[in-house]
Amino acid sequence: MPDVPKDEIDKLFARLDADARKSGYFLNPDTAFTMELVEGLIANEKRYGHQACPCRLAAGDRKEDIDIICPCDYRDADLDDFGACYCALYVSRDIAEGKASAQPLPDRRPVKREERPQFKPTPIGRAGSDLPFPVWRCKVCGYLAARDEPPGVCPICKVTKDRFERFM
Amino acid sequence: MKSEHVVGKNKGKIMLFALSTCVWCKRTKQFLNNLGVEYDYIFVDMLVGAEKEGTMKEMEKWNPRCSFPTLVINDEKCIVGFKEDEIREALGL
Ligand code: SF4
Repeated sequence: MPDVPKDEIDKLFARLDADARKSGYFLNPDTAFTMELVEGLIANEKRYGHQACPCRLAAGDRKEDIDIICPCDYRDADLDDFGACYCALYVSRDIAEGKASAQPLPDRRPVKREERPQFKPTPIGRAGSDLPFPVWRCKVCGYLAARDEPPGVCPICKVTKDRFERFM
Repeated sequence: MKSEHVVGKNKGKIMLFALSTCVWCKRTKQFLNNLGVEYDYIFVDMLVGAEKEGTMKEMEKWNPRCSFPTLVINDEKCIVGFKEDEIREALGL
């Protein structure tokens, strides 16, 4: 992987840690482990142009990789079911507090390309009455926003506008 | 397939398919290093073109998901993910 200067790793780590705390997420308390993942994220940004998941093989194309740009579309479901995301960058409160430890888990990203969220969008729901605004859903954390367009950055998980789908 | 060779005790043919950025892959490598066994590894994300495709095809035979790390022992046993106990058992250690 491309070389990553230490100060870049420290900077991204600090940002991810602060963002996670603010919105109720936790980074893996094993700092050495977490730092290595952060290094991988930066390395992927350098070679692919986006922070693709360090533990999955990226295509290097934003559209192909969008479901695995960190935080990925699968993080929250894995946190619910296993207490950690696939890479174990994000962990549950119990793991963050040292009451349990992160274990390797199976990858829930569909193997078949056409079954991935970017190619198989959620059907748009219909409200009982006409809505004055469309409702947009963040595919990563489920945040909903009723406005003409999705927000530029998700206020909860900080992913970009292109991670939103029309919900209603 | 262009893989890197690590010298050590011969415990059979051990092939590790890994990603250079994946921390579970690094842990698997460290584990093999600590066991002191001879093995080969390949960073699939560092390959391009035909070499990458060929390696993925080979890997797919063992692990259709093509997830990492994938460890193939003696061309007969495949262990997906960093599973210390399973690796130890498969190598008779
Ligand atoms: S949140 Fe998803 S993309 Fe980010 S490190 Fe975890 S598994 Fe990888």
